[in-house]
Amino acid sequence: MIAIADYGMGNLRSVEKAFQFLGHEAFITDDPERTRGASHLVLPGDAAFGDAMRNLRSAGWDRAITDHVATGRPFLGICVGLQLMFATSEEMGQHAGLDLFAGRCRRFPPDERVPQIGWNQINIQQPCAILEGVDEGSFFYFVHSYYVEADVAAESVAVTDYGLSYTSIAARDNIFGVQFHPEKSQKAGLRLLANFAALN
Amino acid sequence: MLAKRIIPCLDVKDGRNVRGVKFSADVDAGDPVELATRYDAEGADELVFYDITASADGRGIVMDLVQQVSERIFIPLCVGGGIRTYDDVRAILKGGADKVSINSASVHDPEIITRSAESFGSQCIVAAIDALRKPDNGSGSPSWEIYINGGRKATGIDALGFVDELVERGAGELVLNSIDADGTREGYDLELNRAVAARVDVPIVASGGAGTTEHIYQVLTEGQASAALAASIFHYEVYSIPEVKTYLSDRGVTVRHYTP
Repeated sequence: MIAIADYGMGNLRSVEKAFQFLGHEAFITDDPERTRGASHLVLPGDAAFGDAMRNLRSAGWDRAITDHVATGRPFLGICVGLQLMFATSEEMGQHAGLDLFAGRCRRFPPDERVPQIGWNQINIQQPCAILEGVDEGSFFYFVHSYYVEADVAAESVAVTDYGLSYTSIAARDNIFGVQFHPEKSQKAGLRLLANFAALN
Repeated sequence: MLAKRIIPCLDVKDGRNVRGVKFSADVDAGDPVELATRYDAEGADELVFYDITASADGRGIVMDLVQQVSERIFIPLCVGGGIRTYDDVRAILKGGADKVSINSASVHDPEIITRSAESFGSQCIVAAIDALRKPDNGSGSPSWEIYINGGRKATGIDALGFVDELVERGAGELVLNSIDADGTREGYDLELNRAVAARVDVPIVASGGAGTTEHIYQVLTEGQASAALAASIFHYEVYSIPEVKTYLSDRGVTVRHYTP
């Protein structure tokens, strides 16, 4: 059973629908306690980093996520969900994140259009369980103004070019984060979600 | 590399797709769910549902379509047409749309952009304008006027100044619909797109006037648009989406080719 964290941010239904389309049981919950029995946890997000962290903390999601990850069960952050997994962000002031990955979230330099909106490619840096059957150079749908800078090269599983080369997939053990929206990325995105759902 | 986007737009009236000719809509162009499914399989990069009835009933019909389409189609869906209030924006996002396109309401009350972007994030707030080219005033640089209510009512507002405000207020993307070009199939207003692209940092979506693949190529290169929206050339199968994308990639434009 896949739990999708509802902390008041983002289009969660599309994530749920994608898993259901793939034949997996998924549910959206605003109660962190309900994730205790879930095999997988997904943290979506489409909001400003600071607001999102505040909401996560006030509802107790930070604790639930740490506990989930500590048991080795699969965890996936999507878009701002990925950014929240990093240590810090400079989005509208300095903010502390969940610190699952070492690194920071930064704003795109002004030489490209911001936000980046649309389909961009991933360049795979290392093998990763959720990329099984996903081709090098596959296009995914991105919408973001900030990107993550991973300090540990081994955790930067795929990079994307947009004015600069940045980490678009971060992973370690059973912890994954993707900057794009797999639930909006047709075949490649559904494959990635199916790979995640198949993990245990 | 970021691909240029090709976006079919479905103008929906009473649950059917209709095609617009200079903003008058009367020709039936098919079942929206069927069309959406076809565009998804062909590799559309995004879909726009534009509710041209814009009544409460019309909105209900469009939301039912979004609901049906989003069960099986996994690309971004944008809903526009007749959005008046912040509550309309919230209802549409809650109903399963990924983005909301706000048009006339931003002229009546620009706060709707600010408030919506603050609550839901700029990424889902698209500001659309309908612009009519002003007669040449001898200054040498073209200008456009904002029209509202489906292109029927002049506002006296200068389009280039207005787009600056929309972006400052938090619009994450701009759709530029040229009233002069709309429905003519004679090409997008390249100057309008270029003029706006030079002023703002957010992506520009060109709308109105697509008749050939060359028109789309022009607006994505010379016109500096990030995406091209088109309606009738796709609905009537003048071109398929793969045909457009092949034409573009043969000429060096980065696009996403898709096989289901």
